[in-house]
Amino acid sequence: MKDYLFIYRIDEDTTQAMANRSPEDLQAVTQQWMDWIGGIAAQNKLAERGNRLFPAGRVLRPGGVVSDGPYTEIKEFISGYSIVKAASMDEATKLAESCPGLTFGGNVEIREVNQL
Amino acid sequence: MKQTELIPHLFRAEYRKMVSVLIRLFGIEHIEVAEDIVSDTFLTASELWGLKGVPAEPVAWLYTVAKNKTRDYLKRNKVFSKIVSDQTLQPKSDIEEIDIDLSSKNINDSQLAMMFVVCHPGNPPEAQIGLALSLLCGFGVDEIAQAFLTNTKNIYKRLQRAKQKLRLEKIRVEQPTLAEIDHRLPEVSMTLYLLFNEGYYSAGSNTTLRKDLCSEAMRLSLLLIENEQTNQPYINALYALMCFQSSRFDARSNVKGETILYQNQDKALWDTDLIAKGEFYLNKASYGDVLSKFHIEAGIAYWHTRSDDIDKKWVHILQFYNYLLVLEYSPIAALNRTYALSIVHGKEKAIEEAEKIALNGNYLYHSLLGELYTDVNNSKAIANFQAAIELLHSPAERIVLSQRITSLKCS
Repeated sequence: MKDYLFIYRIDEDTTQAMANRSPEDLQAVTQQWMDWIGGIAAQNKLAERGNRLFPAGRVLRPGGVVSDGPYTEIKEFISGYSIVKAASMDEATKLAESCPGLTFGGNVEIREVNQL
Repeated sequence: MKQTELIPHLFRAEYRKMVSVLIRLFGIEHIEVAEDIVSDTFLTASELWGLKGVPAEPVAWLYTVAKNKTRDYLKRNKVFSKIVSDQTLQPKSDIEEIDIDLSSKNINDSQLAMMFVVCHPGNPPEAQIGLALSLLCGFGVDEIAQAFLTNTKNIYKRLQRAKQKLRLEKIRVEQPTLAEIDHRLPEVSMTLYLLFNEGYYSAGSNTTLRKDLCSEAMRLSLLLIENEQTNQPYINALYALMCFQSSRFDARSNVKGETILYQNQDKALWDTDLIAKGEFYLNKASYGDVLSKFHIEAGIAYWHTRSDDIDKKWVHILQFYNYLLVLEYSPIAALNRTYALSIVHGKEKAIEEAEKIALNGNYLYHSLLGELYTDVNNSKAIANFQAAIELLHSPAERIVLSQRITSLKCS
């Protein structure tokens, strides 16, 4: 088994639309995420549940250059991450297939963790 | 109470108290001396009470005799009394003045101190539970053997090894410091959790004994709650969990001792006092920022005490199982989650998830798959019930599953 990092990305417009939803809708979205991550954990393939990230942030560049927002050109940002256990990249990709983020126009980047 | 019942009853209730106090007095090196003195006290009681009748205050009588026997022992064993006076009783060299304090406060303090001793991580969990049953609960070797479904010889050896380990590690029997409580309380609470589960889920057929195990785990947990330093939110959650679970004790098996599944239980037999108690302690557990496994399991157990017509009951249970699995994987949680999922999202979705958790060879897994495939794909249902039967040892449960197969073949 190897570790794979799931990086969840979502675009700004979707986030704006989500913010306007009712609390019940948001609760339902949280439940979908928990059902999905619980399904991975039930297979004993969750290494770390990870976290969700707030949209706002800063980027620091050499020379003390600070810019607001985690993105510059594209309107897409990282909304969270988890680490799963899988035998191969194919298996990890399969685990990501039912990620609820995909149904909201987001995407999942899957990266094998390079254990030092 | 008849005299034939009185001594076993007093033995169960008083043995552990006197043993804790004496072990604390003598130190861990002399567990056997403490046990011998207390056993001898009960022997004297059964001889004398049979001849002269039961004294007016049997407990006070036992305490007085135990104190005298302790003093006699110390007198007879000069070397030993030197050890005792050097180590713990230096100012009181006169044996007559040694205070053998059997006040309820000292009994509680001693039992608490002993809890931290018997739950020492130097011993494996099953040895810790054995020691707890022997020294903290006053269970006999034969009862412990029954609870663990093994023979007395094994238990005797296990207890000897465990005591030897405590002696070698020179564990001190004393009130734990605040730092020790932070560090060791999780282990102590885990042993109590396992002790409770041993009683609640064990395959043993002696229902009275299993109930005793559960109530002992509850008594010791309450001891932790009553002590200010150990009264942590997660201990309250543990106690709430135990209350909710044991509320169904009388409903979960029939007169023949066969298991009645949750969905078929007579809800009138659920103990509402215990449920209310569980709610009280779950509220007390809702402080601080640690969401323990006990909190989540108590949440699941709480929702199981609610009636099925409550909206979202199973949605809540499913969510708690998700949290539990994210916190810590266990096959049983994975199976229970899948069952909750089938109620919330339907059988098709649950079958999809059940196939993924792949616990082949686990009879509960095959029973669950049999359940889920029933009316969806009956030949797969039969194959899974068949696989479960082959893995089962209990004839009663085999019969239940065979009946399922027969009714599926007829439909």
